[in-house]
Parts: sequence; structure tokens; C-alpha cells
Amino acid sequence: MSDDASGNGLKLVLAWGFVGIPLAWGVIQTLINALKLFQ
Amino acid sequence: MALSFLDKKHSIAPPGYSRWLIPPAALCVHLCIGQAYAFSVFNLPMTKLLGITQSTPDDWKLTDLGWIFSLGIFFLGVSAALLGRWVEEGGPRQAMFTAALCWSGGFVLSAIGVYIHNLWVIYFGYGILGGFGLGIGYISPVSTLIKWFPDRPGMATGMAIMGFGGGAFIASPLSVWLMPQFTTATHVGVAETFLVMGAIYFCFMMVGSAIVRIPPPGWKPEGFVPAAEPKKLVTTQNVFVYDALKTPQFWLIWWVLCLNVTAGIGVLGQASAMSQEMFPGQVTAAAAAGFVGLMSLFNMGGRFFWASTSDFIGRKNTYFIFFALGTVLYAAVPYTGAIGSVPLFVICYAVIFSMYGGGFATVPAYLRDMFGTRYVGAIHGLLLTAWSMAGIFGPVLVNYIREYNITHGVEKAQAYNVTMYVMAVLLVIGFLCNLSLKAVHERHHMKLEEAEDFI
Repeated sequence: MSDDASGNGLKLVLAWGFVGIPLAWGVIQTLINALKLFQ
Repeated sequence: MALSFLDKKHSIAPPGYSRWLIPPAALCVHLCIGQAYAFSVFNLPMTKLLGITQSTPDDWKLTDLGWIFSLGIFFLGVSAALLGRWVEEGGPRQAMFTAALCWSGGFVLSAIGVYIHNLWVIYFGYGILGGFGLGIGYISPVSTLIKWFPDRPGMATGMAIMGFGGGAFIASPLSVWLMPQFTTATHVGVAETFLVMGAIYFCFMMVGSAIVRIPPPGWKPEGFVPAAEPKKLVTTQNVFVYDALKTPQFWLIWWVLCLNVTAGIGVLGQASAMSQEMFPGQVTAAAAAGFVGLMSLFNMGGRFFWASTSDFIGRKNTYFIFFALGTVLYAAVPYTGAIGSVPLFVICYAVIFSMYGGGFATVPAYLRDMFGTRYVGAIHGLLLTAWSMAGIFGPVLVNYIREYNITHGVEKAQAYNVTMYVMAVLLVIGFLCNLSLKAVHERHHMKLEEAEDFI
């Protein structure tokens, strides 16, 4: 893998993790609340 | 100049820059401004700032606090319409930076307003300044994403606008967790929560502003070959932002968005009460809250799903599905109440809300198909006035019809039936508007030299 590609790969992981982790946390919190509908 | 790094020419991507870094840049902004949907978590604590455990006569009323969100959404539409051209010509980095300043500045002013207990400061802070942050932030990444993803414009803008729907998922539990951290026996920790959230949002949005890049002139994704024969409803030309207003296409899409949003937003605000009143004894308050959360998830997921699907089936066909399927589902909701089927009711609403979100997310690509890429962000900004109108029409329509029915002796369980049929009729009108859409006449196209990006 070239330096350019590996550098881009790291940036992509960091950038997507930066937005994806908080979003996933929020979605999980909402899903937990939504489950009350089926209890 | 110290701020020259914000210029369009300083944000051109270097060779090899991955276009997949642009959606997270856009999400950095949209996830933050999506907090607006979760502002209501502050309403109750803000009615007890003086009384702490219960409201005193000098505390703010819920009706007064409701104006904060309304002002924010109103100024979202105003700023997007007024500043769309500036956003387009100044580039995404400058726009995201400005949005970060306005949005986080709105939180800081609101914290001051809470601290000195002056609601006007919050109206100005969150409502006006924050509203400008909302509007500028909402449209800032649109044309950049479309330029980076000429092969998948719907998916690209769908990802960003999905973030606006998802922002509330983060903001709501975060606010609920932060407030008790600053709350004592003699103090409600709203001001501190505003300050912390303002700081977090500023940092988050600045990351987006730092990552975002515009593609070099003439850039195309590897292996992308534009269609040899352009599709009838996908232009290769550009229309100047204010010339778009002179076309029937702009106003037809304006009504398409307005009617789709009116139907969705009207029942969105009433979803909790509606589920409990249509199924008395079956849906409790806690279950209704779960139902609202589930609908928000479909609203968010629909933004990505439908906008991505539109890249394959076309924008016009996507809206045909929204309006045709929406009409059937709205008309079917009273039947689910009549037979007492909660699962069927939930399925109907899940699809309805996915299409409500999908309507928002698919419209930038629809505008790009009609008016070209050059001013799509600015034209999108003008179109958001349809959202502001729908934000007034939808809830008023639902509330008025419900009240009218109840005062005329209709049982609560059936009070929403007429509303659903009215919404179905609105969608039929939307269907006809969408059906009338044809390609923009070439007299509205910009000349080649006018259309070229200046960098």
C-alpha cells in the first residue's frame, strides 16, 4: 500500500470514527427507549 | 489575511484526497445543528430556574419557551434563503466556520440569558444567532458533496441530512446527562450545560471545517463516465440562483417539499398523543415515548435510504413513491385504529416517517438535476422556506382539526381520522405537482463562462 493510500486510510478511520461513534451511541440510547413500546 | 485559510482557493483538495472524507466533514456540522430537534429537553428545567423544584410566578412559562425553537427554525429558513449565494461563492470552509461561530455563540448567549434570567437574550442567542448557524450550517456542505459525488449525489447529500436527523439522538441523552452534573439544591444547571454544549459543538464543527475540501476544477471520480446521452430530467447546464426563482420547476419542487413536510411534521408533533388516544389502554405514556423514538430512527434512516435509492430510480420516481404510498398509508391509519392493531399502526408510521425524512434528503439532488451544480446550495437555501411554511401549516392543521372534532362530540380515538384523510389529500396534490415537473427551459441556463467556478 502506498503512503498516500495508508495516510488516507487512517484519516478515513479517524474521521468516520469521530462522527460515527457519537451517532451510534445516540442511536443505541434511542433504541433502548424505543424498546419500551414492545414491553 | 489571518483568515485566508477559509477562502475557497485555500480549500481545494490536494491530489489523492479521498472524497470519503467529505461526508464526515458534513456530518460534523449536521450532527451538531441537529440538536435543534432536541431543544425541548430544556423546556421543563427552564420553567424551574427560580423555583428549583417547582415553577414560581416569576419563572418562564412553557408557551414563552416554545418561541425559542420556533425562532430558530424560522431563522434557519431566513438565513438559508438570504445567505445561500454567499455560502455558495465563499465555499464550504468559510460557511462551516461561520456556522460554528453562530451556533456555539447562540449557546453562549443563551447561557448568559439563563444566568441573568432574561428570555430576550435567549430569543436572540439561540433563536436568531443560533438560527443563522442552523441555516448556514444546513446548506454549507450540499453543493460540495454533490461535486464530489457526481455519480451518487443523492447518497452523498442523504448522508449529511441524515446527520441533521441524528443530531437529536446525541443531544438529547447528552443534555439529560449534563444537566444533573451542574444541578445543586439551589441551582438548575441549564446555563452550564449550554456552555459545555456550545464548546463541544464549536470544536466538532471546526473539525468539519478543517477537513472539508472542494474538488479541483474538472475533477471526476476514478472510472466515472458521464452518461453519453443525458437523462431528460438531469441537466448538464447551470441556472443562476435568482433565475431559478423565475422557473415553474422551482415552485413545483417548493410545493413538493412543502406538502411532503406538512403531512409529516403535522403528525410528528402529535405522534405521542395520537398513539395513546387511538389505542387507549394499549399504548402507555412510556410506550408512546418509545414510539416517538422509533419514528425518529425511521426519519433518520429514511434520509439515507431514500436519497440513495433516488440515485438508481430517479428523483421524480422517488417522490412518486412518497406521494402514492404516503396517500395509501395515511388513509390506512384510521383503519389500524378501528381494528385496534398497534403493530400495523407502527408499520404505517415507520414508512411514513422514513418518507418524511427521505423528502428532505432527496430534494438537494432533485434541485441539482433541474438546475445544475453551480448554485444548488443557494437554490436549496431558498427552497428551505417551504420547510418554514410547512412547520407552521402542519401542526396548525392537525391541532385545529383534532380540536374541531373533539368539540363536535367525536371520540378521541377517532379524532385523528379526518386529519389523516386531509393529509392524504395533500399528498395527492403533491403527486400532481411532481407529475407536472419537466426539464428547465434552456433560456434559463447560464452561459458557459458565467457558470465556471471562480476559485
